[in-house]
Amino acid sequence: MRVQFDKLGIVIALLAVYGGLWASFATLKPNRIVQGKAEAMLQSLPAWAGWGLIGVLVLATAAALFRTSPWIKLLAAVAALAALTLSIGHAATFLTPAGNTYARVSPASGFWILLFAFALLAADAITRLDPPPAMRVLFLVVAAAAIGTLLMSGSWNGLSIMKEYSGRADVFWVEAGKHVELALGSLFAAVLVGLPLGILCHRVAPLRDGVLNTLNLVQTIPSIALFGLLIAPLGWIAANVPGAAAIGIRGIGGAPAFVALFLYSLLPVVANTVVGLAGVPRAANDAARGIGMTGWQRLFKIEFPLALPVILTAIRIVLVQNIGMATIAALIGGGGFGVFVFQGIGQTAMDLVLLGAVPTVALAFASAVVLDALIEMNSRVPNGARSA
Amino acid sequence: MRAWVPTILRGFLLLLLIAFLVSPGSFEPLLKPLVQPNAPAIYNQGSLLSLTLLHLRTVFIATLAATIIAVLLAILVTRPFGAEFLALSRSLVNIGQTFPPVAVLALAVPAVGFGEKPTLIALFLYGLLPIFENTLTALTNLPRSVMEAARGSGMTPVQRLIQVELPLSLPVVVAGIRLSVVISLATATIGSTVAAKTLGEVIIAGLQSNNLAFVLQGGLIVGALAVLIYDGLSAVEAMIARRTGAA
Repeated sequence: MRVQFDKLGIVIALLAVYGGLWASFATLKPNRIVQGKAEAMLQSLPAWAGWGLIGVLVLATAAALFRTSPWIKLLAAVAALAALTLSIGHAATFLTPAGNTYARVSPASGFWILLFAFALLAADAITRLDPPPAMRVLFLVVAAAAIGTLLMSGSWNGLSIMKEYSGRADVFWVEAGKHVELALGSLFAAVLVGLPLGILCHRVAPLRDGVLNTLNLVQTIPSIALFGLLIAPLGWIAANVPGAAAIGIRGIGGAPAFVALFLYSLLPVVANTVVGLAGVPRAANDAARGIGMTGWQRLFKIEFPLALPVILTAIRIVLVQNIGMATIAALIGGGGFGVFVFQGIGQTAMDLVLLGAVPTVALAFASAVVLDALIEMNSRVPNGARSA
Repeated sequence: MRAWVPTILRGFLLLLLIAFLVSPGSFEPLLKPLVQPNAPAIYNQGSLLSLTLLHLRTVFIATLAATIIAVLLAILVTRPFGAEFLALSRSLVNIGQTFPPVAVLALAVPAVGFGEKPTLIALFLYGLLPIFENTLTALTNLPRSVMEAARGSGMTPVQRLIQVELPLSLPVVVAGIRLSVVISLATATIGSTVAAKTLGEVIIAGLQSNNLAFVLQGGLIVGALAVLIYDGLSAVEAMIARRTGAA
């Protein structure tokens, strides 16, 4: 019997060999902004942990390399990722000289390459398993719980990014709150305005092109410029409209960021509502009309449920986009994770950049998984109805 | 009569943009009311024209690289040899799109330093996704009858790819490039937070000195470029679609 290799497994094995043998695993820096000294895997861990990690990685690479069940591959990927994340925390404690509070240990290129390689293996295994939406959300919850436990356990406390965090834990959660508030709040406002506007555009055809073209033009203005341009009108409103300042409208800060995100969010919501409603089969509408439904009844009972997957797709696009764009709000004093990113860039403290960037990516990724699952669950209903 | 109105409007926008870039000074009276009495109304820390050209150059290089790699990858995963990667590449594209551009930009800095490089990397990665997705859609949805006719006439796989599959996919690929360019034009402005020479410099200078005229001119130039390039590529796309339809 000929042994069959998995093509992706070969790619993963090459990455793993490069990341594990050639690239360095962790970097030790005398303080948070200077260049550090990169250490190989066996130098940055005590012998038992280093060889243990290598053992797990070799086994996982073997599982990737041969054609086996996706479950085994997933298990191998999870084991490798767990071993990597635990080891990097351990490396931090091991490398930091005792009593030295200035020294920083951060993951080096080898760690990131290995992380990428086995995340790729996990992604491939999950794609092959093609789990139902509820299971994907469950995977996400388990992964989040595992990362949460890891952070709470304190095994990463020696890592540079966690030192950046512990210095500003209060600020971190305040900015996290602002970030979520900006992203979700502007999404909510966009749905509140965009849905009726989309329905209106669907019913009143002459409006459609004008509204969609205007919203399209808004999209071409770069986000930092739009944020900046809204400072003046909002400042004017705050100064001249009674009560506006009291509800938090100000020229700088959260308000212009909120309005800008809202404006960017409108196009996907309105456009997809129009597309979704236009895609409702004529027969469904005729049947509804035939049994004597009024215009509103048809809208809520027939058209809207059938258009829901397309509208949810817009919400997914908007949410992911808003979570990313909310980072830019920091440039105009709007807060959010961008505060750490731009502070970090300013101080050339890359671990601070990571403190802002990693939660943003995680948040965007988690929202995408959850909304993708929601979309899939909702698009099954009409299919099921059709086949019944 | 109405068909040529948009064309006239675009021509007018292009002329306005060129006039503004060549002689920004003559537009000063228009922007003057937006700034404090003694502040400059026209960006004065560099030439707007050269920043615009640098901006376009950055976007062009990144999009060119993204187009080459994305099309090659899409071809690879649609061949029998790379079929194993097809499903994975789809989910990777999905995951990739969740990475915010600022995060990509900021994370590229430790690897390559400040300046144009991190911007090129972020634009490249971001530009890959729409082009790859469109090329993949085009290559996997070719009309079955045409493919069978090509096979039946004894074409080799390479001939089929070059003479049939790619020409038929071209309009959809160009649509992907168009999306990618518009995203890149806007994203390149963020590159100036890591010291890339783009029009973002003008906007950021405006934000820092509270100069609304700077923010407005930076934003409008990028917006006008995006509209013009988007329309130009739409025209190219329509032209190619007409030609392949006629052939």
